[in-house]
Amino acid sequence: MSKNVFIRVFRFYYEGFTNMTVGRKLWAIIIIKLIVLFAVLKLFFFQDFLGSKFENDQERSDYVIEQLISPK
Amino acid sequence: MIENFDLSLVDWSRGQFALTAMYHWLFVPLTLGLAFIVAIMETIYVRTGNPEWKRITKFWMTLFGINFAIGVSTGIILEFEFGTNWSNYSWFVGDIFGAPLAIEGIMAFFMESTFIAVMFFGWNKVSKKFHLLSSWLTAFGANLSALWILIANGWMQFPVGMKFNPDTARNEMMNFWDVALSPVAINKFLHTITSAYVLAAIFVVGISAWFLLRKRHILFSKRSIIVASVFGLTSSLYLVWSGDGSAYQVAQKQPMKLAVMEGLYEGKEGAGIIVFGVLNNDKEYNDDQEAHHFKVEIPKLLSFLGYRNADAFVPGIKDIVEGGYTYVDENGQTHTALSAEEKMKRGKMALNSLAAYKQAKADGADSLQHASLQSLEENFQYFGYGFLNDPASIIPNVPMTFYSFHIMVALAFWFMLVFIVALYFVYKNQIEKQKWFLRLAFVTIPLAFVASQCGWIVAELGRQPWVIQDIMPTVAAVSQIDTMAVKVTFFLFLIVFTALLVAEIGIMRKQIQIGPKDE
Repeated sequence: MSKNVFIRVFRFYYEGFTNMTVGRKLWAIIIIKLIVLFAVLKLFFFQDFLGSKFENDQERSDYVIEQLISPK
Repeated sequence: MIENFDLSLVDWSRGQFALTAMYHWLFVPLTLGLAFIVAIMETIYVRTGNPEWKRITKFWMTLFGINFAIGVSTGIILEFEFGTNWSNYSWFVGDIFGAPLAIEGIMAFFMESTFIAVMFFGWNKVSKKFHLLSSWLTAFGANLSALWILIANGWMQFPVGMKFNPDTARNEMMNFWDVALSPVAINKFLHTITSAYVLAAIFVVGISAWFLLRKRHILFSKRSIIVASVFGLTSSLYLVWSGDGSAYQVAQKQPMKLAVMEGLYEGKEGAGIIVFGVLNNDKEYNDDQEAHHFKVEIPKLLSFLGYRNADAFVPGIKDIVEGGYTYVDENGQTHTALSAEEKMKRGKMALNSLAAYKQAKADGADSLQHASLQSLEENFQYFGYGFLNDPASIIPNVPMTFYSFHIMVALAFWFMLVFIVALYFVYKNQIEKQKWFLRLAFVTIPLAFVASQCGWIVAELGRQPWVIQDIMPTVAAVSQIDTMAVKVTFFLFLIVFTALLVAEIGIMRKQIQIGPKDE
């Protein structure tokens, strides 16, 4: 067994992943899910509203205060 | 949840958040509870050296892994929604919400991710004791993640430890420990995680019952039932205790929620708690109709549970809207409750003071700026009431909250009974012969999820209209975005989450049918 801790850790994960059975399917689901969440939903549907609309925190503060004090 | 399906932006945003939170909460409690059950089983294996316990541990660990993998990162969507749909809220809560969520993210990553790998890949590669330690740390890590989320939620129910900065429109944390150790947050955490333990225990008992019904893995199933029932019964007792603590906090901090949970319109001394009841849905808070068509109640118990005094006055919905009753605050001082109308006036004063402060600052009018700031601070506790136009709008959805609460409580006692009966039959060595009980135990599995969801409906719907209690109503929290975008993502989430749920059930079903593997 190698004494290098990094090699041992790498082998630990490598062998763990290669010996998976049901885990392979689960990892496929996790990867597809993360792609859908971050590459589709976050990118196209869930942009940070204040972050994308204003340049700096002062503008964001002013906008939120305006929202709060404007009569509904 | 949506009380009125008018297609407004607020309702769709609320509906979307409820949908994602409820789907997320299908996965989380099973992870929280099953992690501990697996760790207990592995502890027995390490102490006894009996390979049958290793087999038992590995089977439930596989189901834990499936649930963890499918459920992981479903909560991230809620954070997406904060930034997109609830930007006013996200900005307003400032670092109070951000700090616990950041700690949660770091802890979840380092503790869960690291030790889960050892749990699944480490059999026969690391020592038995280190493997066991990893299983326990995974369980603690998952529960610690829940702690930070629930601290954030507890703050929304009872905002403490912060000061509103009118220059930035953000609440700034003044005392981290006031936020982290708030009695509402602590009770919420204890009650929520123990409910998760009970759910997981019911899951293990139910699946084991299914094996027994098919005369498969008899010893495996009996041993699983013993561990799960002892764990579940212990958790159930703690659940009752923490539920009492939560109800006490609700009585002190959110009296309207308590009144709605019980359908109590007219307050009274020595109020009873309803065991079973049918609400009169036509009842308005200010009319003379009976609140219930039918009810069975335990006298004085609500007063005792809410105020530790069997004769204490419990304000009803009408009292809270109209004010005028006396109550004692957490410092022991007696006050006369303000009416919702008076609170609305003070809330509007706070909002006008904020506007005047901003204007005075822009104009360089120092004395006016100072006076406006003082008025804002004096009335800030009613800030959220300034957004309301009708005193009755402080009443949450009574039927949804009332029935959810009573279903949750009734099911909690049912689960306790299931654990007791399971242990009795195992002790008598008769459990595999009790087909009726095994069937009941199996069909109880979905009921555990129903109870868990009901708990969140009570917690979240019961505090409407507030997104932050008394400080910010839902209507002021939402971003001004296109309603159509929210509708589209609502249905996208519905599809994604349903697909995940179907995948979870399918993969789990297959693994359960395969059953525990021989070493």
